Amino acid sequence: MTDYSRRDFVRIAAAGAGGLFFVSSCISKQSRWFFFTDEEASLAESIIACLIPADDFPGAKEAGVIHFLDRQLVGYHRRFQNLYRNGLANTRKSCLQQFGKCFNDLADEQKILFLKSLEDNTVPGEPWKDMASSDFFNLILDHTMQGFYGSPRHGGNKDYASYRMLQLDYPLIIGRHKYETD
Amino acid sequence: MANKKVNAVIIGAGAGGGIVAKELATAGFSVVLLERGRWHTFNEYNNDELISQRSNALTCPFGPDNEKYRRTVPDGKGGWRVVVPNEWPYGNNAGCVGGGTLSYGAMAWRFMPEDFAMKKTYGHVEGSTLEDWPLSYDDLESFYEKAEYEIGVSGDPSLNPFAPARQKPYPMPPFPYNREGNMLEPSARRLGLHPFPIPMLRNSVFYQGRSPCIHMRTCIGYACPVNAKAGSQNTVIPVALKTGNCRLLTNCKVSEIIIDERGRASGIRYFDAQDKAKTQPADLVILCAGATETARLLLNSKSNLFPNGAANNSGWVGHNLQGHAYCGAIGLFGEEVYDDAGPGACIAINDFNHHNPGILGGGLLANEFIRQPYLFTGLRPPGHARWGKEHKVFQRDYFKKHISVVGPIQEMPVFTNQVTIDPAVKDYWGIPVLRISGYRHEKDLEGCDFLASKAEMWLRETGAHTTWKMIPGKETGAGQHQAGTCRMGNDPKTSVTNTHGQAHEIDNLFVADGSLHVTNGGFNPVLTIMALAYWVSAYIKKEWNGTRFK
Ligand SMILES: Cc1cc2nc3c(=O)[nH]c(=O)nc-3n(C[C@H](O)[C@H](O)[C@H](O)COP(=O)(O)OP(=O)(O)OC[C@H]3O[C@@H](n4cnc5c(N)ncnc54)[C@H](O)[C@@H]3O)c2cc1C
Repeated sequence: MTDYSRRDFVRIAAAGAGGLFFVSSCISKQSRWFFFTDEEASLAESIIACLIPADDFPGAKEAGVIHFLDRQLVGYHRRFQNLYRNGLANTRKSCLQQFGKCFNDLADEQKILFLKSLEDNTVPGEPWKDMASSDFFNLILDHTMQGFYGSPRHGGNKDYASYRMLQLDYPLIIGRHKYETD
Repeated sequence: MANKKVNAVIIGAGAGGGIVAKELATAGFSVVLLERGRWHTFNEYNNDELISQRSNALTCPFGPDNEKYRRTVPDGKGGWRVVVPNEWPYGNNAGCVGGGTLSYGAMAWRFMPEDFAMKKTYGHVEGSTLEDWPLSYDDLESFYEKAEYEIGVSGDPSLNPFAPARQKPYPMPPFPYNREGNMLEPSARRLGLHPFPIPMLRNSVFYQGRSPCIHMRTCIGYACPVNAKAGSQNTVIPVALKTGNCRLLTNCKVSEIIIDERGRASGIRYFDAQDKAKTQPADLVILCAGATETARLLLNSKSNLFPNGAANNSGWVGHNLQGHAYCGAIGLFGEEVYDDAGPGACIAINDFNHHNPGILGGGLLANEFIRQPYLFTGLRPPGHARWGKEHKVFQRDYFKKHISVVGPIQEMPVFTNQVTIDPAVKDYWGIPVLRISGYRHEKDLEGCDFLASKAEMWLRETGAHTTWKMIPGKETGAGQHQAGTCRMGNDPKTSVTNTHGQAHEIDNLFVADGSLHVTNGGFNPVLTIMALAYWVSAYIKKEWNGTRFK
């Protein structure tokens, strides 16, 4: 890295480490989000709240997984931007067609049934004719798991919520086993 | 721009390349070792499951990166689709100093004598290019020993009646079992099986100035914070550099082998750390880029005498790509079995590696490395919900109450399981990329079902109340155990190199990595790759007189 200029560095960091530094320095003041619109964020957050719901322990929503998605979509996962954009738009449309309501306004059981139909590619209607609904569903499911169970440094798993639930020690202390096992 | 000519240019600083560099540099050869990646330490990516070489969820921390590398795979509609390194079909191993050995699990298996004589043992197999190696276990035995001593292996073969004959014990004592191991040991004995501690390229005691293992949860997929895990980057490569005869050039991407008008290799072309095109002239070219990238280099090096790629007038380069059909079973328990003592994998059996009725070959079985929380979300009984309340309850109920027993089924080599060059897609430097394609032989899947049943039986006897099998899909999976694309053999028409890794068609061109494997054993392959690298080096040292081969 010796003879890169500062500008190069920012550009490279943006390309390599996920654009976080770069984007955060020039994000418009109006939006809380790096990638999502407010509307998209609210829909995505309702979806992930069903994928990992809150019970005695925080769910994906409480653990801030939406911030993981938002950050990674301008970072490591930016190649999925179109899939998210189209997937969320299609979800919104087919929900309106089927129920005459937004996803957020459905009852919990309805939400789950609707998500199952996305998962199984059985959702009726024209919004999904160019894209399998399961492609979008599987993607947001996988990323939700990453955000909930991965390191908090990527934006989700706030306060190690999932590690607490699994009773897994954190943070990992190097060498601890040297003293605690055998 | 051309660098100063050297005796040997070695491409790839992984398992094979690190060893060849050390062997030749200590013998007085001038050596340039080129690596497309760079040096790494544990601190860059500690305790981060999403950035580990195991999940590769966000990226492959130890290379190569998603921005600059591409491959193509069948899209299922008769065309090809582009994949990047952290996607499973890409078939990545690693791209850094140390190659796969920086972040591997470090299981240190010797193949068994049968693994070098599969055709002799099992006969002709329809639809397979199954063949015997041109060398035997006995030929390689002292080279296995050299790898075990120079890189460093902990183990005790005395408990394994199927262990192949050896001259010397391992240099370090075995690791004790963790809680899973202590549960699996008596049940295996009750079933008449022969459990023993897995030999590991990991220090159980101080060895060669490196400290013993501290049992991190984050071991496989990570670099080691205390260098207890031995790879080429903390053993042979430092020795090579210390001689003063070896230059390691990092972030250097080799694009082509230069073939002169007489049909010999005169050096290589590469893009340096600043992406400038350069050449490195050399008397000898040694390919150690791993089984997929070594084949790519040969196929991308076309010349008048070799219109199908260097050393490929036989047409065999890139064929017979093998990995392992990894299979096994999961068991759920009523009690906690998790003790957080990494790396987790510690106990194995070799009872099912060979001579299983109706099965060709077989594989070892071992308890699995620690399943971290994200990857554990993928382990569910058939039909179980993948999300929602059920997901979460299962995750917390069984994270510490499950054991996974798995093993690598030896694949039958298939000619059409292969890498070729994509005619259109190029990487960041404009170098044509690989296509990967093929399907496993049906016998492999029978082997998987067999081995997975044995894993289930073992888990049940251990007290699991629920078990299920894990069987891989049909698509060929190159990945971490990639091998076989430059088969060694005696017949130049049906192999790429001779017994010594020397290309049949170009006498100053060698291969010393997983590409050479005729068959890939029912074992993780790295110790065999290391032994072969010593074997190939010994030949070069003995036969090269400074200007030509004796
Ligand atoms: C997470 C993980 C766990 C593993 N666990 C085990 C285990 O427990 N036991 C076991 O036996 N095996 C294990 N393996 C597999 C093992 O690491 C490989 O079998 C071994 O590293 C292969 O050796 P190789 O020399 O063929 O290639 P590699 O070690 O992959 O080395 C090839 C090197 O060449 C470089 N290269 C490629 N192309 C170019 C180019 N064009 N220019 C310059 N450099 C290039 C690459 O960057 C790489 O560093 C594991 C691997 C991983 C990633």
